[in-house]
This record gives sequence, C-alpha cells and structure tokens, in this order.
Amino acid sequence: MQVLFTRDGALRGMRAARPLVLGMMPFGLITGVIAGQHGLSLAETLLMSGLVFAGSAQLLALEFWADPVPFTAVVLAAFVVNLRMAPMGPALAPWLDRLHGWRLWGTLTTLVDHSFALSVAEMRAGGRDAAFLLGVGVFLWAVWLVTVAMGHGFGDVVRLPPGHPLFFAATAAFLAMLVSLWRGAARDLLPWALAGGVALAVHVLGLPAPMPLLIGAFAGATFGALRDGRQNGSSR
Amino acid sequence: MEMRADVVIAILGMAAVTYLCRAGGYAILRAIRPPPFLERLLHYLPGCIFVAYAAPGLALGGPAAWAAGAACIAVQAKTRNFAASTVAGVGVLWLMRLAGA
Repeated sequence: MQVLFTRDGALRGMRAARPLVLGMMPFGLITGVIAGQHGLSLAETLLMSGLVFAGSAQLLALEFWADPVPFTAVVLAAFVVNLRMAPMGPALAPWLDRLHGWRLWGTLTTLVDHSFALSVAEMRAGGRDAAFLLGVGVFLWAVWLVTVAMGHGFGDVVRLPPGHPLFFAATAAFLAMLVSLWRGAARDLLPWALAGGVALAVHVLGLPAPMPLLIGAFAGATFGALRDGRQNGSSR
Repeated sequence: MEMRADVVIAILGMAAVTYLCRAGGYAILRAIRPPPFLERLLHYLPGCIFVAYAAPGLALGGPAAWAAGAACIAVQAKTRNFAASTVAGVGVLWLMRLAGA
C-alpha cells in the first residue's frame, strides 16, 4: 500500500475529530479542577497535560498527588493506565511502517484512544493518508489543553474543602469508562470482581497507594488472562 | 506561573513512561509478537485498573457513595453521555450528603 502524509490528510483528521469535542470537555474540566485542588499551578497543570496528554492517566496520578510528589506512585499510575496504548501502534502498522523520522515518532506522541479509533476506521475504509492520525491527535491535544486550563481557572474561583462531593467526579469518570469497557458478564464479571475485592483487601490491610490499585488490577487481569488461556487450550 | 522541581520531575517521569507506551509499544510489538498471555492481560488491564481504583473508596464510602456510583453507572449505561453520568454521580452524592447520609 502506498501511504501518503499530506497537509490535506491532517486537516481531514482535524475535521473528523470535531464531533469529539463535546464529549472531551467534561473530562478536561474535571482534570483541570482536580489538578488545581491538588495544588498544581496553571503552568504545572498545562505542562502535565501537554506532555502526558492522557486524561485517565493524569486523573489517576492526581489521586496520589501529595507534597512532596510521590514520584514512584504517580509514574507507576501513568504507566499502568497507559499500557493499553502499547498495542495501538502495531495495529496501525500499515500506515506507521511507511513513516520515518519525526513523521513517525512525532505522530506517535499524539496517539490517544480517539485518534486510534478514528484512524483504524479511516484505514479500514481505504484511507492512505497517515497524516490523518496526526491531525486528529493535534486537534484533540489543543482541545485538551484549553479545557484543562478552563477547569483549572474554575477551580481557582471556587476553593473546595477536602471531601467535597465534586471530588467524586474523578470516581464518576472512571465508573462511566467502565460502562464502556464492559464486554459482558461471561468475560468481565469475575476478573473485575477479583480486581475490586483484592484492591479493597489490600487497602484495608493498610498498604499505601498505589499498591491497592496495582495489586488489585494485576490480580484481576492475570486471572482473566489465565482463564481465557485455559478455555482456548481445552477447546482445541 | 509557579513550577516546582519535584512536580516538574514527576511530570517528566509520567511523560516518559507514557511515550514509552505510545512509541515503545509500536517499536517493540512490531518486532516481536507478544506471548498470547501478555496480549490477553493487556485486554483485561484497563477495566481491572478502574475497578481496582474505584472499589475501596466506593465500598468504604457508605450509602451515599453507593447511591452516587449506581446513579453514575445507570445514567452512563442509558445515555452513553459522559457529562450526564458524571453530573448524576456528583449530584446524587451531594444530595445524599445534604440529606445527612
């Protein structure tokens, strides 16, 4: 397949991403508010949002934020949440394999769930312009910075006491994502129940963050992977 | 425009591991096919992470948190609207707290 990388393709990606703005806004606003509440300045918040550019990872890392910053906890949180992006590049190989230098490694900087999903659809529809992926990513990156800055500004105006119901927005965001991730009880019920149960147990035992999250998540995911492997093996 | 050293270092660390996932995933997984077990683990990980994050706070949060969580999940399942479900969760928690729960 001949792969292009044109300005036109990037512009088409930006246009394709426009309908996503409304859905992204609340997420950016929440992230901005919560970053402010954890004491991050606007400059620090924008630095994080610009360089990390991954909403769920930022939100989760912020849950562990303290002064001084627990480096290992927040970096581990970002790494574990973003591991899901590792298989995205290989899935886009028909495009990425033909790119070199900044076009390849720069485009990968902007890779997020939405740009991946739109680009896979574009690729399957016969699209050959890899700049589409970059266009979606850059557009969403700009929207992300603007909405996070707005959220931070809002949080500056309204100082919230710890434990305020608005902080539940982070948990609500993750619960909403779980609804989209749910693939049916047969697949997800037991791994998720195990993940939640183990996390709760580790938390009650008094292990510090992010140990409950890590141990719970890997317990559930390992169980699911082992179970599916056994089922595949026995059906052969 | 305050920038503290420990904050900037943590952000750079987060950015580095995130780029490792984005670009390293492509560089490594294109060269070697991951073992099937690892592939399956990666499929389960996102859901399990968010469950493991939310579970302790929800379980220990009492009836107000349970009602708020249920409202958020119900609205998201019904509308698939992220803003609506977040507002529903926060709103129910707020009302329950005002009601003294």
